[in-house]
Amino acid sequence: MEQKQHEKRQPTEPVQQSADVDFPTVSFSAIFSLFFQVGLLSFGGGLAAWMYRLVVERHHWLTATDFLSGLALSQVMPGVNVANLSIYIGQRLRGLPGAITALIGLIFAPFFIIIGLAAIYEQIKAVPWAHNFLCGVATAAVGLVMSMALKSIRHTMHGIGPLAIMSSIVLTVGILRWPMVPVVLGITPVSVLLAWKTRQR
Amino acid sequence: MMRGNLLWTLFLVFVPLSLLSFGGGASIIAPLDHQAVAVHHWITQHEFVDMFAISRAAPGPGSMLVVLIGWRVAQWPGALIGAVGIFLPSSLLCYGVARMWNHYRGTAFHAALERGLAPVGTGLIIAGAWSILRASESGYSGWAIALLATAVLAWRNFHPLLVLFIGGTGYVVLVGILR
Repeated sequence: MEQKQHEKRQPTEPVQQSADVDFPTVSFSAIFSLFFQVGLLSFGGGLAAWMYRLVVERHHWLTATDFLSGLALSQVMPGVNVANLSIYIGQRLRGLPGAITALIGLIFAPFFIIIGLAAIYEQIKAVPWAHNFLCGVATAAVGLVMSMALKSIRHTMHGIGPLAIMSSIVLTVGILRWPMVPVVLGITPVSVLLAWKTRQR
Repeated sequence: MMRGNLLWTLFLVFVPLSLLSFGGGASIIAPLDHQAVAVHHWITQHEFVDMFAISRAAPGPGSMLVVLIGWRVAQWPGALIGAVGIFLPSSLLCYGVARMWNHYRGTAFHAALERGLAPVGTGLIIAGAWSILRASESGYSGWAIALLATAVLAWRNFHPLLVLFIGGTGYVVLVGILR
């Protein structure tokens, strides 16, 4: 009975609360193949956009609101954002087994590809220009990382406080090379408190 | 014995990084560099830069860098430990929180947490970018490529893979000219 109800649910309807499983009709193989596809095609980031297109727009597995809330969660939590997002989507679809299926689907292909690349690298690293080429790729990839940071600054930081928090982390962890763990554990509560205070006013 | 210890050490290095990678995998580049090169001498600074480049050019999350390091240190078992160490702890945490997430959606606490963690994550990401630039020892040419790539990716919709390829080729040419 409950399954029938879920099947009829329109994607635009607000989410009906159920503890764990919302869409029992999506099969594990469908979850695996979707995330496998995302993992394989995800060159240079932008995986969340891919997932949105497939999960929300093409398959209507989740509503847009549902997806975006999960996206926010996956960014707040530690861990690889897209991995977290996969876990959230998998969990919404089929509970714990769904979350595991989604995560394994996502990292399956990249895992073997990167080891293949590592094996190739071992062969060519003696070639003089190989390191220079990879060095250039690395510096260009810094641009990839920085453009991500710029986007984040534009969307999430308002006022001096968050910028000061951000700069203090760049200074301590990046430039002074202090150990990350104590710095993050020390600064995070301050930052959350600051966000809490500015909201109260 | 030695080998078991090595795998265990790998695991112990990756687990805390997994739980502290606010803002995504890019935020642990600096401490990962420090641990793998300076503390444990698993790889040289050169190799770290090379592996970072490979992990960015390959499909999948950039944190596959950890799998590369694991592979280099202890082949397949190391690669597996790398994947488990970096994905499992944060995933368990995320799974637990995902179940409670909707309950707190829209509350003031939720909003404060979200806004409070954002600058921490962004700071770590920039710190990671900084440490890669320093580790690459690429001098002004490296800075120029990084700046150009940032500009091109932030304001124009270039394909990232194309930018990486041009960066690599450009640097080989620059090194050739400047030498």
